[in-house]
Amino acid sequence: MEQIPKYLLSTVIAMLLCFTSYNNFAVAGDGPDEVEIDSLAQLYEPVYFDHAMHEEITDSNCAVCHHHTLGTEPEDENCRRCHAESGATDEVSCQGCHAGNRFEADYLNKIDADNTLYHRDKVGLKAAYHIRCMNCHEEMDVANGCQDCHARTDAGDKFFHAGNYAPPKSDKPAGGGH
Amino acid sequence: MKAMNRRKFLKGSLLGGAAASVIGKSKNAEASATFGGYPDAMGVLVDLTRCVGCRSCEAACNKEQGLPAPAQAFDDLSLLDHKRRTSEGAYTVVNRYEIPGQDHPLFRKIQCNHCNEPACLTSCFVNAYTKTPEGAVIYDPTVCVGCRTCMVACPFYIPAYSYSSVLNPVIKKCIFCYDTRLKFGRPPACVEACPREVLTFGKRNDLIKIGHQRIQMYPDLYEDHIYGENEVGGTSWMYLSSAPFDQVGFDTDLGTQPILSYVKEFLTVVPMVLTIWPALFAGFHLLATRKDAQKKEEQSEK
Repeated sequence: MEQIPKYLLSTVIAMLLCFTSYNNFAVAGDGPDEVEIDSLAQLYEPVYFDHAMHEEITDSNCAVCHHHTLGTEPEDENCRRCHAESGATDEVSCQGCHAGNRFEADYLNKIDADNTLYHRDKVGLKAAYHIRCMNCHEEMDVANGCQDCHARTDAGDKFFHAGNYAPPKSDKPAGGGH
Repeated sequence: MKAMNRRKFLKGSLLGGAAASVIGKSKNAEASATFGGYPDAMGVLVDLTRCVGCRSCEAACNKEQGLPAPAQAFDDLSLLDHKRRTSEGAYTVVNRYEIPGQDHPLFRKIQCNHCNEPACLTSCFVNAYTKTPEGAVIYDPTVCVGCRTCMVACPFYIPAYSYSSVLNPVIKKCIFCYDTRLKFGRPPACVEACPREVLTFGKRNDLIKIGHQRIQMYPDLYEDHIYGENEVGGTSWMYLSSAPFDQVGFDTDLGTQPILSYVKEFLTVVPMVLTIWPALFAGFHLLATRKDAQKKEEQSEK
């Protein structure tokens, strides 16, 4: 099987440029207006994430998505135990912390070798996007289907046996038996 | 004198009883000692709280294993309206469960759970099955004679049969993508395709720790149980759920003993019955009838 999405990481990192060493707290509006997410580029068209719009929706509470990394207090009480006042970090983009190669041997071995690591169960980049985006979309009761965010490519249609590759309609009851 | 004797007698019988029970126990403990799995075996932790039933894992499995084209597209979610089982054309399927008292259904992916001590393996009389040190339960279709004993043995009803094949029907099931991925240290195709990391791939021992950590951090969300940690001696694929496991289609009565342990004692007797008993009873018979035979001989001599 050909590789399912290798993470060709090309998310816009303009947010980093806005930082100076004196500026420990990020201010809403410092972030990029739009982020192109194309890590699933083989099966889906890129997502153009309207960062500016989401800043408005979250009332400029960066912690909703960025946890504690912008110096804001994280929402999850489990995170607050350590990160209530841990300050801003150098890395604020999703891919800065959430690995694109979450289940590759390199990554697993690295975690395995580090006994002191607390965040051993940190989801990979793809799951970070989908869990964050979809859980919120469900809460807000807005579009939440796969193709509401990213249209499938031709390769994606083939993968799902859908669109031009859809199986012919049959009267047979769906589902399999033994 | 009499009282002393009785006391001694009671004491002795108590001691004897205790000794017998200790011996009995240690014998039992030995019988129930399980293999417990290879130390570095990989596994997958399935977190039902994350699954939205998108069926990407089914599509990925179909492609990776070169399975026949499905009757309906993989983005057709109407299939979730009824419960499905694994089949020769689908080594993994997702089912939906409405949970009483919850607004949202739960989705459960099923596939081979890759037991530490697989019942299919122990039931197979041609030794087609192998539990690899990486954790996969694989099988050699070239030696499979199609007897389907493993289908009966599997506590999870997983192995399917290629009924469509007229000449050489064999068993078909998930092999943890062993040939193409697992043996090279890569995760199975379904894991890689899952958008929400419902499926966490890693060393089985680590996954158990991760599972308990999730339960500990979010005790209101999760049931305090990892299905597969101990069921039937432990499985490589394990589950976390926010609903009681029997409400999401799990058999919660399987116990923690490998299926093998239920039949081990019986099976060890089989060779004895087949080899020693005939000779033994033939001997008894000859001994018992020896006098008759002698008499007959004497009579015929006369």
